[in-house]
Amino acid sequence: MAVGVWLAALMYWPEATPAWPATSYGRLRPVHTSGVIFGFGGNALIATSFYVLQRTTRARLADAVSPWVVLIGFNLFCVWAATGYVMGQTQSKEYAEPEWYADLWLVFVWVTYFALYIRTLARRAEPHIYVANWYYMAFILVVAMLHIVNNLALPVSLGSGESFTIWSGVQDAMVQWWYGHNAVAFFLTAGFLGMLYYFLPVRAQRPIWSYRLSILSFWGIVFFYMWAGSHHLHYTALPYWTQVLGMTFSVMLLVPSWASAGNAIATLNGAWHKVRDDATLRFMFVAAVFYGLSTFEGSFLAIRPVNSLSHYTDWTVGHVHSGTLGWVAMIVFGAIYTLVPKLWGREDMAWPRAIEWHFWLAIAGTLIYVVSLWNAGITQGLMWRAYDEGGALSYSFIESVEAMLPYYAFRTLGGGLFLAGAVLCALNCRATMRAAGDRVDEADRPIVTKPAE
Amino acid sequence: MLKLHYNLEKLSMGLVGAIIGVASIGGLVEIAPLFTIDETVEIPDDLRPHTPLELAGREIYIREGCYACHSQMVRSLADELDRYGPYSLAAESAYDHPMLWGSKRTGPDLARVGEKYSDDWHVQHLIDPRSVVPVSIMPAYPWLTRPMETDMIEANLSTLARLGVPYDDAMIENARADALAQSRPNSDGTDGVRDRYGEDIAVRAFDGNPDRLTEMDAIVAYLQSLGTLTDAAHRIMSEETQ
Repeated sequence: MAVGVWLAALMYWPEATPAWPATSYGRLRPVHTSGVIFGFGGNALIATSFYVLQRTTRARLADAVSPWVVLIGFNLFCVWAATGYVMGQTQSKEYAEPEWYADLWLVFVWVTYFALYIRTLARRAEPHIYVANWYYMAFILVVAMLHIVNNLALPVSLGSGESFTIWSGVQDAMVQWWYGHNAVAFFLTAGFLGMLYYFLPVRAQRPIWSYRLSILSFWGIVFFYMWAGSHHLHYTALPYWTQVLGMTFSVMLLVPSWASAGNAIATLNGAWHKVRDDATLRFMFVAAVFYGLSTFEGSFLAIRPVNSLSHYTDWTVGHVHSGTLGWVAMIVFGAIYTLVPKLWGREDMAWPRAIEWHFWLAIAGTLIYVVSLWNAGITQGLMWRAYDEGGALSYSFIESVEAMLPYYAFRTLGGGLFLAGAVLCALNCRATMRAAGDRVDEADRPIVTKPAE
Repeated sequence: MLKLHYNLEKLSMGLVGAIIGVASIGGLVEIAPLFTIDETVEIPDDLRPHTPLELAGREIYIREGCYACHSQMVRSLADELDRYGPYSLAAESAYDHPMLWGSKRTGPDLARVGEKYSDDWHVQHLIDPRSVVPVSIMPAYPWLTRPMETDMIEANLSTLARLGVPYDDAMIENARADALAQSRPNSDGTDGVRDRYGEDIAVRAFDGNPDRLTEMDAIVAYLQSLGTLTDAAHRIMSEETQ
């Protein structure tokens, strides 16, 4: 079942953001963001959640039809969303651009997804629910909550795609960034932490370092993240107390974030030779490192005076990409390279050396991208606030745009390298699927065949 | 505590409930008060909603994704006040569904761009940005010179009215006529638009041609209205500097 989802994930592969788009950048931009977040990230999450759920509960999915509803329905949502943007149908709420008809459809798909998840959990043959599933559940539940509240809108008419959101002005801004920041937390972090908590120990053949730490970081993330959204609105017309609350919780968020990252890295203790030899495990290790780095950067950027420099600049874009390329995409690649051979009954991927190539392309691409946008963002921020001796602003806006051009060229190169690695990954998966074997994992034996104790 | 959690993770619905509960607190504390302090966010007396033509321009601004590169929120920082003008007030976007504060300045902030440049400059800039700003990286929007669709204007106004934007029945009824009249300075309808939306609104052939109502008319009318819906921000600034 994961097969189809996976192919879909690979089909939706990210375009590397071009620095000078030939046509209508404004319409393609949401295609890029939705394509990678929902198309790539969402499919990877749904696929691995079904796999991990079945493995850790020792139970089959509860239903034969609803997984297909989730797979086809979710991708239909992605297609509706993307075609809408190109035709100019958008709510203009960042990362929640799809119009009301697609939003309602997603609610239906999501409820099906949740019901399937809970029904499968109810059939579990293990008394305890494994930590990876807590994260997947938080992902499913909180995304539903965010999606519904942020997308409450009044359609202009049933025959038209247009609608107006019921929120306005400052409330809309707060709801939007409560959604926006927690889309990062629960779409781009929680589910992927679930992935980390399953695939990293499995690949390293080591148990998770600390069970207590995983409890602490889970509840810390679920609680603290929800407060942090207002750090997107520092120095704006949002009330001051809300900004300060957002900043405070963003800084505190570092504790559970580093607890997770540290837990993952400590799990690798005793398996470092595997990290050295196995590019798949190395992907997951690097993902944990980037997770630690970008959560630190995130807390740092949420501090008001820092934010006054970084906000509205490419620094934010660089930060987001260090999270999405360095953490989210890397853990997905690690999961892909673990899962594809298993599902197709093989010991390893068809082209093991291509994994190594992919790893270094991804690392180089991410570093070039992130470093060039750090430089871009800081330069931009400093130019905007520079005064000359006479007390006048030193630079016109367009001079700051001109200064960005070399950085934008480098970021395109970085994105290109990363994309090349991803294409290699897709080809490798295809080759592996075509050369499917008949190996059956020992662990696949159903628990019922064991003699009673 | 550990024992408690040990038991909690055996109950799937227990976990579901706990996740929803714990995750709700932050949002509730930060968002709910904004609806009560809304009463303290004073709506200035002179704040007007967008005219039908400006609103149509706003829809085009959203459609083309302008918000991805242009913010509409001047922060309360010295250099922003010098570069753009008075900082933005919450009241200024009170009628905006959705707000377009933005998150990125690949191009400059637009909250105070109204009446800063001429209509001709905007038209030229939208058709071919590099003809007026040589190193600009903004995409060109030559298709905006096509005629504007007016079918949805009334429905848009009445939907917004249901959400609390002060459009009255006369405004909704005359929406289409008002959109036309605002771009035809010599036509009969101009008095009606001014009656309904105030003497200060711009009534001009925004795209340079009074005979055709184009998308260019709408988007330029919208851009020229930014920051002009109320004087409150300027008033507060001059009070503060005194």
